[in-house]
Amino acid sequence: MSLVLEGFLNTVALTLLSFAGALVVGLAVAVLRIVPVPLLRGVGATYVEVWRNVPLLAWLVLFVFGLPEVGVKMPLFWTAFTAIALYEAAFVAEALRSGVSSVALGQGEAARALGLTFRQSLRHVILPQAGRRVVQPLANIAIALTMATALAGVVGVVDMTRAAQRINLELARPLLVFTGVGLCYLVMAAGIGFGARALERRLA
Amino acid sequence: MFDAPGPRFRRRVFWVSVVSVFVLVGLLALGLRQFAANGQLDPVRWRPYLTWPVWRYLLSGLWSTVLAACATGVLAMAGGLLLALRPNRFTRAYAEVMRTVPVLLLVYVMLFVLPSFGVNLPLFWKLVVPLALSHAASCAVIFRAGIGSVDPGQREAGLSLGMPDGVVTRSVVLPQAVRHMTPLLVTQAVSLLKDTSLGYVVSYTELLFNGRVLANYNGLLIQTFIVIAFVYLVVNLALSRLAHRLEAARARTAR
Repeated sequence: MSLVLEGFLNTVALTLLSFAGALVVGLAVAVLRIVPVPLLRGVGATYVEVWRNVPLLAWLVLFVFGLPEVGVKMPLFWTAFTAIALYEAAFVAEALRSGVSSVALGQGEAARALGLTFRQSLRHVILPQAGRRVVQPLANIAIALTMATALAGVVGVVDMTRAAQRINLELARPLLVFTGVGLCYLVMAAGIGFGARALERRLA
Repeated sequence: MFDAPGPRFRRRVFWVSVVSVFVLVGLLALGLRQFAANGQLDPVRWRPYLTWPVWRYLLSGLWSTVLAACATGVLAMAGGLLLALRPNRFTRAYAEVMRTVPVLLLVYVMLFVLPSFGVNLPLFWKLVVPLALSHAASCAVIFRAGIGSVDPGQREAGLSLGMPDGVVTRSVVLPQAVRHMTPLLVTQAVSLLKDTSLGYVVSYTELLFNGRVLANYNGLLIQTFIVIAFVYLVVNLALSRLAHRLEAARARTAR
């Protein structure tokens, strides 16, 4: 039974921490992608393309088995956290950027016509409108991230999915074990969706 | 989002660029030093990746990846279309559940549960079936949004011309819906191709699994997986570019 609990807690912890990490890094990358410096935009775009186009499992394997080879040694959980957070950051950055660019061009032009500076128009005109629009995409990313943490089980973190597989070896009650774990994921996704709707209502 | 830059602003952009070049070069140097300090830059450790036998092995893995991705893609699109054209409680619930349960869990069910019920598929299908089940749900959502984006007047016009319902869907609504869905379907194709890396778990000899075999054989862990990541990057970028080009070509002819 302790294995169930350990797996569940690891999945929850990995989800929450990685999402927080992805938000921070994603925000930084999104900023890089909209600043008026071409070089930095290029850096942001490269980050997104590189991380998004390689499977998370490949990143996890590279980080978990590759990093110790170059002298970077971290506990397994934190290595998985780093890989997942950096991977999902690319998606967060895209969601934030498309949120900003979905605020009509005219809004930014109107702000400039009123004499607001770049920073002022971003802060008082564009970001408040973009904030509302990014909640739903970010919630979808959070749900995808919950599912993605299952891959950490492949490289050795005892998460919910891996725990299920090991318990099943002992209990031999596959239907019960796998349905239970599936339900746990459903509940977590439902919780994220519920939170997102509440947040959206408050921002609206 | 900003005015045409004036001289002062342009000077600032210049200095920011200079500083960021220094930062980037510094980061790169730091990374390379870390590699060098642990002997990972030794040419001996990279030379195998300039030889044909190694690449032949990796490319055979890539071929299996592409095969699995194509099979999954066809099944997922067919399943997604069926789900999207029959919107009822069951298909909605299916899409909701499948989009929150990790594919890995489905793969484990395929690997550890079904054999005890006497269902033991070949490795290829053990990878493709769970992926298709999961991606069918995502495709259904995309199709439903695409069909919803077509003006209802189009459907009414078709019906009022006396076309049967199926014909209206097939030759009036879907062709227009596809045009709206193309970008999302490309994203889906990339994510599908990435998901075939679960072959690593199933022991299906796709790209990532072959990488593991290769790394176990020659002990060049970080080199192998960097090369593998690079191959995925190139393939997925090419896929997106190709789709954009097709879309641009069709947008020109659609007028």
